[in-house]
Amino acid sequence: MKPTDTSNPEYYHKVVDCQYACPAHTPVPEYIRLIAAEKYTDAYMINWQSNVFPGILGRTCDRPCEPACRRVRVEEEPVAICRLKRVAADNKGDVKSLMPQGPFTPNGKKVALIGAGPASITVARDLAPLGYEIHLFDEQIAGGGMMRSQIPAFRLPEEVLNEEVNYILDLGIHTQFFTYVESLKEVLEKDYDAVFVGTGAPRGRDLPKLPGRQEGGPYIHIGIEWLANVAFEHVHSIGKRVIVLGGGNTAMDCCRTSRRLGGESVKVVVRSPFKDMKASPWEKEDAMHEDVEILDNHVPLSFEMEDGKLIGMKFQKVKAVYDENGKRQLLPTGEEDVFIPADEVLIAIGQENSFPWIERDIGLEFDQWEMPVVDKVTFRSTHPKVFFGGDAAFGPENVITAVAHGHQAAVSIHLMCEGKDIHDRPSPYVNLVSQKMGIHEWSYDSPVAIDKRYVVPQAAKSITLKDRRMEVELGFDPPLGYKEAQRCLNCDVQTVFSENLCIECDACMDICPTSCITFTTNEDKEEDLRKKLLVPAENETQDILVSDSLATGRVMVKDEDVCLHCGLCAERCPTSAWDMQKFFYSVTKAHEL
Amino acid sequence: MTYIKPLFRHPKLPKNKIGYTLKEYEGALSTLCAGCGHDSISAAIVQACYDLSIEPHRVAKISGIGCSSKTPAYFLGNSHGFNSVHGRMPSVATGANLANKELVYFGVSGDGDTASIGMGQFVHAIRRNLNMVYLVMNNGCYGLTKGQDSATADKGSKSKAGSVNPFLPVDLASMAVELGATFVAQSFSGDKGQLVPLIKAAIHHQGFAFINVISPCVTFNNNLGSTKSYDFVRGHLGVTSQLDLVMEKEAISVDYEKGSVVRVALHDGTELELSKLANEWDPKNRISAINAIENARENEQVLTGLLYLNTDYGDLHEILDTTDTPLNQLDEASLCPGTVTLEEINRGLQ
Ligand SMILES: Cc1cc2nc3c(=O)[nH]c(=O)nc-3n(C[C@H](O)[C@H](O)[C@H](O)COP(=O)(O)OP(=O)(O)OC[C@H]3O[C@@H](n4cnc5c(N)ncnc54)[C@H](O)[C@@H]3O)c2cc1C
Ligand SMILES: Cc1ncc(C[n+]2csc(CCOP(=O)(O)OP(=O)(O)O)c2C)c(N)n1
Ligand code: SF4
Ligand code: SF4
Ligand code: SF4
Ligand SMILES: [Mg+2]
Repeated sequence: MKPTDTSNPEYYHKVVDCQYACPAHTPVPEYIRLIAAEKYTDAYMINWQSNVFPGILGRTCDRPCEPACRRVRVEEEPVAICRLKRVAADNKGDVKSLMPQGPFTPNGKKVALIGAGPASITVARDLAPLGYEIHLFDEQIAGGGMMRSQIPAFRLPEEVLNEEVNYILDLGIHTQFFTYVESLKEVLEKDYDAVFVGTGAPRGRDLPKLPGRQEGGPYIHIGIEWLANVAFEHVHSIGKRVIVLGGGNTAMDCCRTSRRLGGESVKVVVRSPFKDMKASPWEKEDAMHEDVEILDNHVPLSFEMEDGKLIGMKFQKVKAVYDENGKRQLLPTGEEDVFIPADEVLIAIGQENSFPWIERDIGLEFDQWEMPVVDKVTFRSTHPKVFFGGDAAFGPENVITAVAHGHQAAVSIHLMCEGKDIHDRPSPYVNLVSQKMGIHEWSYDSPVAIDKRYVVPQAAKSITLKDRRMEVELGFDPPLGYKEAQRCLNCDVQTVFSENLCIECDACMDICPTSCITFTTNEDKEEDLRKKLLVPAENETQDILVSDSLATGRVMVKDEDVCLHCGLCAERCPTSAWDMQKFFYSVTKAHEL
Repeated sequence: MTYIKPLFRHPKLPKNKIGYTLKEYEGALSTLCAGCGHDSISAAIVQACYDLSIEPHRVAKISGIGCSSKTPAYFLGNSHGFNSVHGRMPSVATGANLANKELVYFGVSGDGDTASIGMGQFVHAIRRNLNMVYLVMNNGCYGLTKGQDSATADKGSKSKAGSVNPFLPVDLASMAVELGATFVAQSFSGDKGQLVPLIKAAIHHQGFAFINVISPCVTFNNNLGSTKSYDFVRGHLGVTSQLDLVMEKEAISVDYEKGSVVRVALHDGTELELSKLANEWDPKNRISAINAIENARENEQVLTGLLYLNTDYGDLHEILDTTDTPLNQLDEASLCPGTVTLEEINRGLQ
């Protein structure tokens, strides 16, 4: 095999599993170290640069980083990356003075942002400092999109939301709330240089054909609409017995909100087996902790009415059968249908996009599923001035994905307005610096903590169930946050190898606790080399680092898979052929171009 | 700062026949200089014991004084150990071995520990054919006391400080052959491929198994002009044979050149398979072994691999016809049969 090209920033980036998995590529280990050092403000700002909403995400992020965490591969539970972010937000000092300070010199360009969810707000954040005049439209009362209308206050307090949304709106954004945009054509007719569509996936799926759906109307609600009505205080109560249909996170928010609005017997009824439910494991746990019953393998048959009133629902019992390709089928078990009594039903079986306000004759193409055709890199639609991002671009995702889209769309808009090629994407900002301070001394905490993941403390159920605004999670306090932060393996502190210094003494290979390093003869094919290592490198999602040929003709091969970044190889190396170097990687934003 | 080895290991670390991973054979984190050859030898010992599925508590590690003699702290942390006095490892090993023949005895020494202060003890352990592995980590200097030339330093070899050694070296391997050691091998710390099978064979050998391992001292003797540096040794290696320990009888699998593969049976039924690389060398013939070593020396080479093997001569226990039961398992009556028995013995000698 050819020597690995570590000058390509993506090589080391991939080693930082969490950052690589984060859609916005937040420099996770860097902020975790800052939290351990009690530098909460700095930790907050690193997050803010990457993901705009540290306090919000530290409570609600979908956390794609956590399943990717190296800790899962060497221990079991990932570092509580998400909740550590909240520690930074909770304990930070003054951050506003560290953010761009307006007013900014106008650059003469105008951009319309439709929808004020996280995607649009991110575009605003990146373009405002460049002097763009930004007009933000939303039909709701304030900015935040679904973070305001959908995510319940007991998971995300309104003050936290307002604070972080306002940091951006205060950059001089022209907001037009209570404004539903009826026509994209009309927007385009005004002299905007670019239009960004961040309208989300606002339509909740219904079960229009299920018997009883029409008659039961007043007692049956679409989950996301109902949550918005609760958030905006149009709905204050619910019946004692509630059925929530669906197994995703929306269903979890519906059932938990029901418990706070008077629901005593709240049942989540889902078609799939419990383990296949879309909801995150922690959301399910939290719901069950609040006495919500989850009934799996039940397919809804009908809404049952009596005297014009809903009395419950009928379900068929099914079991999951998987074919050889792992494809699932739900087959009836033959058992008797089940009747579950209920006063009200919430349907939380998914969301859809809908763009009734976008004309189909303005040169903006839609595909067969009525989704706009959007470029995955530039986020431009087939209309040169119209960009999409967030849930509106490719269907419902989450806040962090919306933010990542927003950053990239802002880059495209700025490039376009500068008359540049929007396909010519900026390279990331990277830096690689030695952490060596002495023979056994590094500027990071190299010892590996064996602590198991710490649980985030919660307020007592007896209190939280009484007030839908009362936040359930209390967050890690600083001492607990420190302990959790120390579990991080510092994956961004890279093992950098210089073959010209190596005297092939084997010390690094002998000391490595996780048998990552092997000196061996080279092979033509990667798969053959992978098999020859001390412990064969079977995890192909992780790269191997292959050196150039050494004096004896062998090569050094390091499997990145379970490296603990403990620095022992570098400590045992007599010639510093190994060095521990901190790799900083940051996605370039529009205002940094 | 790290003096602690993380507790995590590769989750797919293989297990040996008795269900242990390499971790169960490791010792404490080494305090030797980074890159010291001795650490590689420790790793080879760990690997060999793991490969042989030896129960760690069936091993006794005994050493003298020196960096080399410190290494038993860094391997086989679950075994017995005795860090003795400078040059006195053989007598402690002899005592322990006589008291219990059931353990594997691992004597670790340095060139200073063996070729100077401990020479007398070394010689007599060989003469008695004590059943043990005697491993010298040979760096041509006194590492622990800051690199003075040792008795194995080659004439003309330059120290780090620049002085040239004026004396002829003691050649431990040819001396061991000369004295009748029943297993003599030589190796290089940087060649685990050779060293691990040699250690395994030495453990299986019934009798005194001597391995002289050239092991560079990175701090005091790895300079240009030294004949014990990584570079010099790598450039001057000669090899007698490739060796494999065959645990179960099986047909010779590899197609070697005719006559180049030799199988030697050890006492316990295992076999050594040697694919010879040096011509005119018969591992069971002392003269041939000495010749091979001398020839290599003429060519400025360090001859490595198995040099000599004798499976005919019994070990100390056989010679003395000692009891099979370890002394700590004998009851008081057998250990101290009393005055009547003593008088009987005395009468027999009158
Ligand atoms: C119940 C629920 C819980 C969720 N929980 C989480 C969570 O815990 N963590 C997480 O990461 N994600 C969560 N999500 C998903 C997350 O809220 C969305 O993925 C994210 O908000 C999408 O952001 P966006 O910028 O694309 O648009 P949205 O947040 O959807 O905002 C779009 C905005 O556009 C406005 N709008 C739409 N059309 C028009 C128009 N024509 N004119 C004017 N305004 C318009 C809407 O009113 C809305 O304010 C949840 C979603 C739901 C439904
Ligand atoms: C009786 C006695 N004499 C001298 C010493 C000093 N001393 C300590 S280590 C050593 C030499 C060690 O050399 P070697 O056995 O080659 O070990 P290395 O450190 O090179 O591995 C000496 C002379 C001692 N500890 N005890
Ligand atoms: S251990 Fe730390 S740096 Fe490594 S993947 Fe997990 S959070 Fe990221
Ligand atoms: S940092 Fe070095 S010694 Fe530590 S696990 Fe990684 S490769 Fe092994
Ligand atoms: S410890 Fe250093 S010199 Fe020794 S083999 Fe490893 S990289 Fe090479
Ligand atoms: Mg020495």
